[in-house]
Amino acid sequence: MAQVERQQWDVVVVGAGGAGLRAAIEARERGARTAVICKSLFGKAHTVMAEGGIAASMGNVNDGDNWQVHFRDTMRGGKFLNQWRMAELHAKEAPDRVWELETWGALFDRTPDGRISQRNFGGHEYPRLAHVGDRTGLELIRTLQQKIVALQQEDFKEHGDYEARLKVFQECTVTRVLKEGQRVSGTFCYERESGRFFVLEAPAVVLATGGIGKSFKTTSNSWEYTGDGHALALLAGAPLLNMEFVQFHPTGMVWPPSVKGILVTESVRGDGGVLRNSEGKRFMFDYVPDVFKEKYAESEEEGDRWYEDPDHNRRPPELLPRDEVARAINSEVKAGRGSPHGGVFLDVSTRMPAEKIKRRLPSMYHQFKELADVDITAEPMEVGPTCHYVMGGIAVDSETAATVGVPGLFAAGEVAGGMHGSNRLGGNSLSDLLVFGRRAGLHAAEYAARGASPTGRPAVSQAEIDAAAAEALAPFHAAEGAENPYTLHQELQTTMNDLVGIIRREGEMAEALERLAALRVRAARAGVEGHRQFNPGWHLALDLRNMLLVSECVARAALERTESRGGHTREDCPAMERTWRPVNLLCRPVDPVPADPAADRIELVRTRTEPIRPDLLALFEKEELVKYLAEEELYE
Amino acid sequence: MSTYDASFRVWRGDAEGGELRDFTVEVHDGEVVLDIVHRLQATQASDLAVRWNCKAGKCGSCSAEVNGRPRLMCMTRMSTFERTETITITPLRAFPVVRDLVTDVSFNYQKAREVPAFVPPEGVAPGAYRMQQIDVERSQEFRKCIECFLCQDTCHVVRDHEENKGAFAGPRFLMRVAELDMHPLDAASDAGLDRKRTAQEEHGLGYCNITKCCTEVCPEGIKITDNALIPLKERAVDRKYDPLVWLGSKIGRRKG
Ligand SMILES: Cc1cc2nc3c(=O)[nH]c(=O)nc-3n(C[C@H](O)[C@H](O)[C@H](O)COP(=O)(O)OP(=O)(O)OC[C@H]3O[C@@H](n4cnc5c(N)ncnc54)[C@H](O)[C@@H]3O)c2cc1C
Ligand code: SF4
Ligand code: SF4
Ligand code: FES
Repeated sequence: MAQVERQQWDVVVVGAGGAGLRAAIEARERGARTAVICKSLFGKAHTVMAEGGIAASMGNVNDGDNWQVHFRDTMRGGKFLNQWRMAELHAKEAPDRVWELETWGALFDRTPDGRISQRNFGGHEYPRLAHVGDRTGLELIRTLQQKIVALQQEDFKEHGDYEARLKVFQECTVTRVLKEGQRVSGTFCYERESGRFFVLEAPAVVLATGGIGKSFKTTSNSWEYTGDGHALALLAGAPLLNMEFVQFHPTGMVWPPSVKGILVTESVRGDGGVLRNSEGKRFMFDYVPDVFKEKYAESEEEGDRWYEDPDHNRRPPELLPRDEVARAINSEVKAGRGSPHGGVFLDVSTRMPAEKIKRRLPSMYHQFKELADVDITAEPMEVGPTCHYVMGGIAVDSETAATVGVPGLFAAGEVAGGMHGSNRLGGNSLSDLLVFGRRAGLHAAEYAARGASPTGRPAVSQAEIDAAAAEALAPFHAAEGAENPYTLHQELQTTMNDLVGIIRREGEMAEALERLAALRVRAARAGVEGHRQFNPGWHLALDLRNMLLVSECVARAALERTESRGGHTREDCPAMERTWRPVNLLCRPVDPVPADPAADRIELVRTRTEPIRPDLLALFEKEELVKYLAEEELYE
Repeated sequence: MSTYDASFRVWRGDAEGGELRDFTVEVHDGEVVLDIVHRLQATQASDLAVRWNCKAGKCGSCSAEVNGRPRLMCMTRMSTFERTETITITPLRAFPVVRDLVTDVSFNYQKAREVPAFVPPEGVAPGAYRMQQIDVERSQEFRKCIECFLCQDTCHVVRDHEENKGAFAGPRFLMRVAELDMHPLDAASDAGLDRKRTAQEEHGLGYCNITKCCTEVCPEGIKITDNALIPLKERAVDRKYDPLVWLGSKIGRRKG
């Protein structure tokens, strides 16, 4: 029997990125005693890396902007697969969430009249991204971090204890969401530093664990992105939605190899940077798809004029949604018109004076100078697609962020699905974190308060704790012939990158599923050296379970969806099919869990999307809707 | 692409003690020290403890001392060393070791809590904040801080003086006081809080003798001493005489 410390909280938030911190602030302000738990140090979550900005239709730079335009752009970007109510709430609430940050001390870049400045980004009709140079994520996370500290200072004044009502458990990992019957009862966790297990008992748990990019070889994501929240939800019985949609950002670094995949922010293009192939041609003009033909410039001259006079010119095609740009780059490289290291050229050096580049894109300047010996004020960068973001995620209720079928479990941020449909627009993640992080915190706190009488709380059983502890300790008991977790991880990354990557084919995905099954068998034997104190090999061995589960979801859903849409491109089914528009693919865990590790873990269920509300449909032209909606939807 | 074998000495151990261990590792073109540490983990020492996240100098996790100099491992390129040179990696010296290259940085989180938060101006609704770019720029420079704590590790006030840690917030958090003090809309003084005075009286500004070592190691290139600490001292001096301010302006000029 595992003796572990147990602590009681009202709400446990798993994740200290933008979504998790915003959820925790809300829950605490609503009176819930709130614990936040995260794998890294406080303030280091992935959100810190976000560069370009936060999308919100404040209309500070172009007063034509409003929530309806933002909603429209978001739906177009997601190819109408978005959970429309989320897209609506997001567009409506984003400005308030950004302004609120200022009251907590954030310092955004300003317009000449002293308001928050906003910049252009792909797929956004107007300049919409609030930003701080190209380090917006840092500003966001630091502001939320400092707001948490501010709340703790209040509690210190009142209770003499900073952590009386809001505590951050940093460098701790959750390996299981615990339940009594259907209801959430807490989380099972280990402290990375000591390897010590502990249990946080709480009636409400918010998952805000971010994405899954570490299952792919070339990625802009950090080690934390092992799909933990996705897997925790599945293991607790909550389904995932549309996991086939993975965003490959068009511009990652490609050289030198050790930095391959690191992000080059879209602001480079938003601020005037252009893409060229080895022949010096601005190839994006050849890749404007039909649905976007009327919205983008047809000549370089028109595109260039747009930066100065956006009301009378159309935007350059470099600013198409990311899926389009990534595919175009892929095609150019395939056609033999790539750059020396297998990317294309992204150039700002001929477009802006050096001083302006250094001021507007300081961290890009720094990043290329330090890591690649490239001076972006004097020469073009080499860039290519990199796995960046997952649109698929835990299925949630639009209003409350509650998961499906597991009372007490909520999800927000990148780990939640639906909001972005098949493709996310740049800048729409940071706003998503704030809007739905807040909603998740609010509803988790209310849920916890409703069932808060001590007897009413679901209990954590010793049996569940023992099972979770045994699972976590397994890598130390691997028998002879133990598998190295690092090797398994590398093979998994290669499999997903090569077989379920940016361009997909039926045979390859089927092969990927076979390889994943073989990897599951080997992962069951993953073994580690040393002891439990800060042991990265052990941590990775535990993360493998999550990556394998999530990768299976991606591959299975991608094989099922026989069309191309947003972040899911099939060479064998290249068209976007209107008949697929109203189809959601849900991944559910096979129940009971099969004993044989080679057996499938995931089954797919098709559901129909909720019909889009008529007043929202009315925001679009008929001619446009006809391109997206299925026949029967048009007459509904 | 060219590959060679490099010699590394990496500190391994925990709070009880430890030692430098020798490793020979393959190095490829364009790699940084963190890549080498990762290769060590994957091939020779799976349990080697190290912190990192972004691998692009943005999160401030991978701080360590490389050949005795506090640095971000992800931004230290192997090409800056001779191929024959033995590269020594040790954990940050100013903080207690947890394991291998990982130290207990909780000191910094404590200090962060001791600086009173931003006080929003009364009667200004969200969305109605108006600030000029030129006025926010000073504080924005300090908000570039990625909390790598290299400056905290370097500052001689605490580097080898555990006893000063109670009274001294360190450059990172003195800079936080300066940031709030220079925030165009911070209403602390209306709430009866004099940030300049607290810098001196509660956060140990007086210990700083403006050696600029913190500025030198800051990977963000923030002019901690010149732009945050000295102005804070100059303001504090209205209330309290501090001879170092006078001296500092001389030293600053002489150094160019
Ligand atoms: C380089 C880069 C640039 C980007 N730029 C932009 C941009 O300009 N604009 C934009 O809108 N979006 C941008 N994005 C996307 C955006 O940054 C992310 O989608 C977003 O930050 C995710 O936030 P989150 O709160 O969901 O998760 P994160 O910030 O990733 O936080 C996840 C948290 O969960 C914790 N966690 C995970 N698993 C566990 C576990 N098992 N136990 C305990 N804790 C756990 C982690 O430790 C972490 O604290 C960018 C992404 C990248 C990679
Ligand atoms: S300038 Fe002050 S804070 Fe910076 S290292 Fe020197 S003494 Fe420390
Ligand atoms: S001021 Fe510079 S050195 Fe100090 S913690 Fe911040 S980024 Fe690091
Ligand atoms: S890993 Fe983020 S700064 Fe080095």
